[in-house]
Amino acid sequence: MDQLFNRKYIVQGLFIVIALILLGKLFYIQIISDAAFVSAESNVLRKIYKYPARGAILDRNMKVIVQNEPVYDLMVTPNEVKPFDTLALAQALDITFEDVRKNLKKARGKSSYQATPFLKQISVQSYARLQETLYRFPGFRTQDRTIRHYPDSVGGQLFGYVKEVSPTDIEKSEGFYKPGDYKGKSGLEFSYEETLRGEKGVINTVYDAHNTPQGSYANGKYDVNAVSGERLISGIDMRIQKLGEELMMNKVGAIVAIEPATGEILSLVSSPGYDPNLLVGRNQGNNYMEFIVGNPYRPSLVRPIMGYYPPGSSFKPVDALIGLQEGVIDPNTTFFCPHYYQAGNRKIKCEHFDGSISLRRGIARSCNTYFCYVFQKLITKNGMKNQRQTYQEWRDKVAKFGFGSKLDIDMPYERKGYFYTADHYDKIYGKRWGYTNVISQAIGQGEITATPLQMANAMAIIANRGYYIKPHLIKGIGDKNLVKKEYVVKNYVGVDARHFEPVIDGMQDAVNSSWGTAILSRIPDIVLCGKTGTVQNPHGKNHSVFIGFAPRDNPKIAIAVIVENAGFGSTYAAPIASYMIEKYLKGSVSGGRAAQVEWMKNQNLLPLLIDKTKKIKLTKADSLLLKKADSTKRIKDSLRIKSATIKQTVTTKPKELKTAITDKPVIQK
Amino acid sequence: MQQQQGNRFFFNVDWITVLIYIALCAIGFINIYASVPPEQTAVFGFSTLYGKQLIYIITGLILGLSILLFDGRLFNVFSPFIYGGTLLLLMAVLVIGNKVAGNQAWIAIGSFKLQPAEFAKFGTALLLARYVGAFNPKFRDVKSIMIAGLIVGAPLLLIMLQPDTGSALVFLAFMFPLYREGLSGYFLLIFLGMIVLFIADFLVPTYILIIIITTIAGLFIYNNRRKQKIIFSTILVTIFAIGYLFLIKIAYEKVLAPHQRSRIELMLGLKTDNKGAGYNVIQSQIAIGSGQGTGRGFLQGTQTKYGYVPEQSTDFIFSTIGEEWGFMGCSVVIGLYMFLLLRLVNLAERQRSTFSRVYGYSVACILFFHIFINIGMTIGIIPVIGIPLPLISYGGSSLWSFTILLFIFLKLDSNRMGFI
Repeated sequence: MDQLFNRKYIVQGLFIVIALILLGKLFYIQIISDAAFVSAESNVLRKIYKYPARGAILDRNMKVIVQNEPVYDLMVTPNEVKPFDTLALAQALDITFEDVRKNLKKARGKSSYQATPFLKQISVQSYARLQETLYRFPGFRTQDRTIRHYPDSVGGQLFGYVKEVSPTDIEKSEGFYKPGDYKGKSGLEFSYEETLRGEKGVINTVYDAHNTPQGSYANGKYDVNAVSGERLISGIDMRIQKLGEELMMNKVGAIVAIEPATGEILSLVSSPGYDPNLLVGRNQGNNYMEFIVGNPYRPSLVRPIMGYYPPGSSFKPVDALIGLQEGVIDPNTTFFCPHYYQAGNRKIKCEHFDGSISLRRGIARSCNTYFCYVFQKLITKNGMKNQRQTYQEWRDKVAKFGFGSKLDIDMPYERKGYFYTADHYDKIYGKRWGYTNVISQAIGQGEITATPLQMANAMAIIANRGYYIKPHLIKGIGDKNLVKKEYVVKNYVGVDARHFEPVIDGMQDAVNSSWGTAILSRIPDIVLCGKTGTVQNPHGKNHSVFIGFAPRDNPKIAIAVIVENAGFGSTYAAPIASYMIEKYLKGSVSGGRAAQVEWMKNQNLLPLLIDKTKKIKLTKADSLLLKKADSTKRIKDSLRIKSATIKQTVTTKPKELKTAITDKPVIQK
Repeated sequence: MQQQQGNRFFFNVDWITVLIYIALCAIGFINIYASVPPEQTAVFGFSTLYGKQLIYIITGLILGLSILLFDGRLFNVFSPFIYGGTLLLLMAVLVIGNKVAGNQAWIAIGSFKLQPAEFAKFGTALLLARYVGAFNPKFRDVKSIMIAGLIVGAPLLLIMLQPDTGSALVFLAFMFPLYREGLSGYFLLIFLGMIVLFIADFLVPTYILIIIITTIAGLFIYNNRRKQKIIFSTILVTIFAIGYLFLIKIAYEKVLAPHQRSRIELMLGLKTDNKGAGYNVIQSQIAIGSGQGTGRGFLQGTQTKYGYVPEQSTDFIFSTIGEEWGFMGCSVVIGLYMFLLLRLVNLAERQRSTFSRVYGYSVACILFFHIFINIGMTIGIIPVIGIPLPLISYGGSSLWSFTILLFIFLKLDSNRMGFI
């Protein structure tokens, strides 16, 4: 047309460029970036969570031992709050005027659109009162929850406790847990968290720009119903668990009872314990500080699986079994006991007078000499030069009984105990050491320590004549009553069944013969086989120990009882074990023994507390000295007179390292 | 020749454009329907927004078709009167107008509300076309530029007084038809430069801008050191540009209202404000962005349904399209607009009369400004300027004025063989 005609293309080109700019920006915000999508969701969606009930726990008689109780969280959505009668709300909730203001401010700080907790875990009573007036407080609503309830008020450490997740938990779970969720923090609640917790439900509600609910999102397509946690059946027998905790009242120690044939734990008492109901509800934090942290006897130490005790005399049956299996002794072997055993230039005393002593009597009388000889024979069986190797072989055989390693109980924080290898002794003594250096282990003293669980398990092995099933608390998970695979496997310890009877004979005599050490703990009509121990405790008065099982044929229960700083095994630990066994096998403690039970419950054997300010710090030089000192020096077993014990306590006092209830031996590394 | 046709009124009408027009109106209706709260869509009624829009669309179509019945030459002849009439209305609205949201832009006649600014666009377009068509100025002299400037400037100023900055800005669209008719390209470049400097003045300290401008000018002068005339004009432009920079600062503080300032600052990312002035833009972007590739589907847009985007059926209707139809839907709408604009330019170019061509360009460029500013605003690349999306936004005045604008051109186009 004219030369200006070309300007048409400039105008059209401009149109196209602008259109491409618009499309480019649209492409970015719609396709490349999903920030807008996320913002859109948070604009309209409010999630209301439905918290599932945690799974219940039953005992072996199907009695409910852990259940749920309804509580209510009062939630507030600050944006929906209209001016209200603050005082009325404070009264309804039984809190102060100031608290109302403070909580509301806190909720505002978190989010003004989302409901946040205003007051957590309101009791059913407060809830009932509040319900009538809730309509007067717009913006407030209640959120159902459940908390744990323990009808028997026992088993604090066993069950553990449940607590709101911490920021660390949330981070560790990679977002699985959300603020406000609860989680098992210790005990069974911790171990079986995944089974017990169930699945949280969620209701997605759509809100409009004025924050008015507009109903369900996508017709509830993304809503999830809460699924309750699965129930657990425990091997615990609540009758003896309760009896055990009562017997251990005002004592420090542990009881572990196992059903040998199945490995199910019948009772697991850690004393001092606490009422698990204390760690539930709004006062959880305060109670935790007061009753757990504040208790100088440290209830947080779950003694059956964390406490370290020298196994003492209770270790002798294991010695005997290995000796028999290795052929260094036979059931008729006798040793001469001159009231002591000479180990190099030191003596290990024996506190009985028998002269020539047999295996059966040696066990019943808890003869130190006999078992030192057995140990000597085992270690020197390949001559004096190969002691290091034979020691390691012996250690490996003992380790098969579960010493020195974890038994994988279904509770957290289990510890494995000390049981040194030959390598370790190389570090202490160099290359030149022999059985005399480590002889104290023959009688379960010195460097070896074990948890009460390991001791009870050793009894289960003897009761089973040669094998054990890993001890466990839960025998049925969910409706299908599943049990973890590792808890059905028989672990053989490498000792033939025929070697057990002579040892069991001795254990039977210990309780049931006139020359035994625990004859006062005989149970009418039941053959209890056991072994007392009065365990040398470097920190104070001796520990009273009893291990055993019953009945002799087809045993139903294996047990280990430890009462710290109580003295003789026969005085406290053995009777406690016998009451537990009788209650379990017969249903009640009969005759005059019932009165003894009451007497035992009332005994206060709490050790004196050591003033922590006077704590002596061990210097490096001291610890070296202690290491070099042969452990045999500190060995005294059984039948010691009480005054001597007190004297011993006094003399050892300066060496106390921590509190009176630390159970580690002085020599550790 | 025309007389011989059976249906002389609709002879030669570009039906493709009419089809696009109907398609855009339909898209508008669907999205207005989607953007009203769900409880209002339960029953169909003419009292609802979409019911009213349907009435506007039908009457608009009737209006458009009846424009086709006129003789095209009438628009040329009556253009001064139409222009004068719209100027009178613009003056009247300042006196008797209703104040809505701070703007005195509406004249209420009974329940019917009229927005004169909308009609001023086609009045101006007609008179400008007539001026260019009658005198055929090549805009090389100051006088013709002044006359054209006066024609565009009078309604622009009156609208500024309402004050309706958005509608006033649209009048800058007339620069393009003038450019097509011979106005120097430098005017466009200067205009572009002014925009660039305006934005740059907020983002970069003024002294750095001055250094940059003088450096560029120096290099330019050095390259053309033999041409005195160029050196002279470059120096002039440089001085003007630096003066402009300071003028912006002053004008920004003294002339612009606080809400306009904050809109500009928001757009330039100088501040964020999720609750106040920035709320619209952020919510609109959230809605559009959440549509993603294919959109949430008709009536499924949560942001749309639950009223998160204010002004959703009018100025922010594009957010509904973005959310429910996604990038696909946005592309279709922008594609339709582009097709319409490019076609209008092509139609304008085939006119034999300058009047028709200038008018055609005016229509295309007015539409273009509306589309660019409106969509740009909903996706945050242009400050919030309240002007409707042509043919799609809710509103009778806007729909009818675009209908009139478009159908007059279609009528002129159908008469293109004759002389107007």
